[in-house]
Amino acid sequence: MAQHQVNYASSAGLPVALTTVDHLVNWGRSNSLWPLTYGLACCAIEMMASGASRYDFDRMGTIFRASPRQADVMILAGTLSKKHSEFARRLYDQMTEPKWVISMGSCANTGGMFNTYATVQGVDRIIPVDIYLPGCAPRPETLQYAMMMLQKKIRRESANMNKNTKQRMV
Amino acid sequence: MQVTNKLTPFFENLNFERDDNTMVINFGPQHPSAHGQLRLVLELDGELVVKAYPDIGYLHRGIEKMAENMTYNEFLPTTDRLDYIASTSNNYAYALSVERLIGLEVPRRAQVIRTMLLELNRIISHLFFVATHALDVGAMSVFLYAFREREFAMDLMEDYCGARLTHSAVRIGGVPLDLPEGWLENLATFIAKLPEEVKTYEDLLTENRIWKMRLEDVGVISAEDAISWGCTGPMLRGSGVEYDIRKEEPYELYEELNFEIPISDRCDSYGRYLLYMEEMRQSGKILQQLIPMYGKTEPQLMAHSPQYISAPKEEIMTQNYALMQHFVLVTQGMRPPVGEVYAPTESPKGELGFYIKSEGEPYAYRLKCRAPSFFHTGLLQELLVGTYIADVVTIIGSTNIVFGEVDR
Repeated sequence: MAQHQVNYASSAGLPVALTTVDHLVNWGRSNSLWPLTYGLACCAIEMMASGASRYDFDRMGTIFRASPRQADVMILAGTLSKKHSEFARRLYDQMTEPKWVISMGSCANTGGMFNTYATVQGVDRIIPVDIYLPGCAPRPETLQYAMMMLQKKIRRESANMNKNTKQRMV
Repeated sequence: MQVTNKLTPFFENLNFERDDNTMVINFGPQHPSAHGQLRLVLELDGELVVKAYPDIGYLHRGIEKMAENMTYNEFLPTTDRLDYIASTSNNYAYALSVERLIGLEVPRRAQVIRTMLLELNRIISHLFFVATHALDVGAMSVFLYAFREREFAMDLMEDYCGARLTHSAVRIGGVPLDLPEGWLENLATFIAKLPEEVKTYEDLLTENRIWKMRLEDVGVISAEDAISWGCTGPMLRGSGVEYDIRKEEPYELYEELNFEIPISDRCDSYGRYLLYMEEMRQSGKILQQLIPMYGKTEPQLMAHSPQYISAPKEEIMTQNYALMQHFVLVTQGMRPPVGEVYAPTESPKGELGFYIKSEGEPYAYRLKCRAPSFFHTGLLQELLVGTYIADVVTIIGSTNIVFGEVDR
């Protein structure tokens, strides 16, 4: 983060570290990504396993929240049915900006093996998606990698998301 | 007059705009303790539940309809996605129905492997139950402990079939693979450790004052109610009815195995929790008996029935007729005889069975999945009435429902 290091012990200089607003804000945003517990089907079990003992997402600052108001990332884990799609959009709208979406598993990406009358053929028809995870169901390592990719993406972004927001609307 | 839409849908005897003292609240479909996509519409008088309507169908994927357009072998991986916590028990229930339909005898080694996988899946599912039930009630440490142990069981499944969650580890007519090297030793290590792990959870929960207060006399189902609502599995045995399909209509090797069916007369959530713990021990006991049985079997893994099942690879490569039959089975699919079949099995959650009607085509004319969770969800509308809102989560947790198999 810091662009300029001050040696407090020797130079007796001011305790100042220089950085940009973008860096500072993105540092905070990317290291405390709180996903919404949005388990829909089988992938939800892998999402739970990611939060549990072996894969331990907490160490990355990823703490699952039950309310969309407190969440930054929506991990859509599982099959989205047409009956549920209205709620998915509603929950996405309830999340505060800035927000990101991870589509977890084949069903969320494209409808997967369920090409039927009841299933939404990909959640990107309803909400904008940042990262797609392949697999049925993706392993917790895959989700972990996706979170790291998302962190990278956030660090590249401008801290002022206003102009991005307009583009993200569907 | 209320305008009905998706957020305030039409329910018999229920108006969302009320002028009395009761309040209508929505529980789900996105709720961390709704076990998937359960939507409960609760009418409350203060904190007391007056009416409860489980609204299902949020995970309806048309699996039964898909079965009508798929060959029998094609449909098998789809059964993984029904009860996705114990996939192999679904694969097995489906394979058993098709085998009964065409009258196949499964080789002994395949039977041993299948029974092992079924019991391992029962342990995985029960560990998951304890973890999520405790998490819903508020004991988070049990969640972390139970998931740690569950990962070891899933490692075993992964070593066998390569998948963690959606196994497809059973085929119609047998199993696809033999056990890999060292698997039985790993299994022995796992089941040797299991009783003490179960004891850890019991130490954390069984005598825990908060746990007892939250579970005792909550969600009481009388034996008559449990039978009339079609409950099976731990929901029925928790009400003092001794009924387990492994004993009533034995399949695979359960006739030869020595195990007990735990029952509880308490009829409440606490009794059911005790049952799940005891069943894990019994599954460990069954697995222990299965390990020596494996060594005494012939290495054949798939049933010999060239009309329905492809011959072993060596025969296909060397014999012309076997190759022809294999070609027909791959391109067209097997054609079971005309008839209908229903084969019940004891999945970790209760009676799971597939009804298949065949008209001699490569596709089933109709396939119906009898899933235990569906009946347990129906029971909620009676069970939740008269309880407090805080107990709703406990009761949903103790019914152990999975929405993949409720909505199908």
